[in-house]
Amino acid sequence: MPVDSFKFLPRSLAAFYMASDLQPQLPIPWTPLERPLAECKFGLLTSGGLYVRGLEPPFDLEREQREPTWGDPSFRRLPIGIRQEDVGVSHLHINPGDILLDFNILLPIQRFQELVSEGRISGLAQNAYSFMGFQGFPADTQAWQERYGPQVAGELKAEGVNCVLLVPA
Amino acid sequence: MPVLARTLEQAGLSTLLVSNMPFWAERVGTPRTLAVEFPFGHTLGAPGDADRQRRVIEQALEVLESATAPGSSVHSAETWPFPQAEAMKDWQPETPSPVIQTMAPRLREVLRQQRRPQDGT
Repeated sequence: MPVDSFKFLPRSLAAFYMASDLQPQLPIPWTPLERPLAECKFGLLTSGGLYVRGLEPPFDLEREQREPTWGDPSFRRLPIGIRQEDVGVSHLHINPGDILLDFNILLPIQRFQELVSEGRISGLAQNAYSFMGFQGFPADTQAWQERYGPQVAGELKAEGVNCVLLVPA
Repeated sequence: MPVLARTLEQAGLSTLLVSNMPFWAERVGTPRTLAVEFPFGHTLGAPGDADRQRRVIEQALEVLESATAPGSSVHSAETWPFPQAEAMKDWQPETPSPVIQTMAPRLREVLRQQRRPQDGT
């Protein structure tokens, strides 16, 4: 059975998505995986609005409250040694409760540390990364594409990462 | 987020997106996608449910290993372990987001248009 993309979406929002006439911009980029997983170093990325309290500020929700059609395009770094209680969530479009109980549901740092210790993958980047998924209405992803995305890619590649798991909220 | 998968892939990284909205990922055109029928904010499973999180991640790694062409999309057979009505309520913020509050009248109009019978012309 194919996954129903709208199972958990309120009807009015589902209607809005379905009305879009977006088509993929071709070609879709492709970087082939050229080695076995056991030799791959991973980076983790979510759009759940996660940040580490006391390390970096939350996403700018005050501006979004003032300008509801704007969303903060920047990102936050989450060192993989963080404790659950260090993690904050700033995102006005989801209930953060379960992420505050277990960040692995969006940023599976502990699951990937298990994979490393089992030898299934070779390593995990020192920082995981979070964006905040709401990029305005209509969505404007230019800053992601031209500035912040390439910046995260550069940091990951500098650490020798070759694979990235992206987990939207 | 599908856009970021494309951006990172373009930068020379092999990416894999786990998404509960494959409809959107396919519209944007992501290199590799594992689709899961889980509520928003719970893309890899429920809190504390390490077994299910791990199963989804293993499926994701299989997609990464086996995909041979951009636009590869695999749909997971995992199901959400809690009732739909409960899940629907639990993932949403207590207060509707600012844009939803602003857009509510327009969204209602879209819905009304869709309900209106087609006149066949």
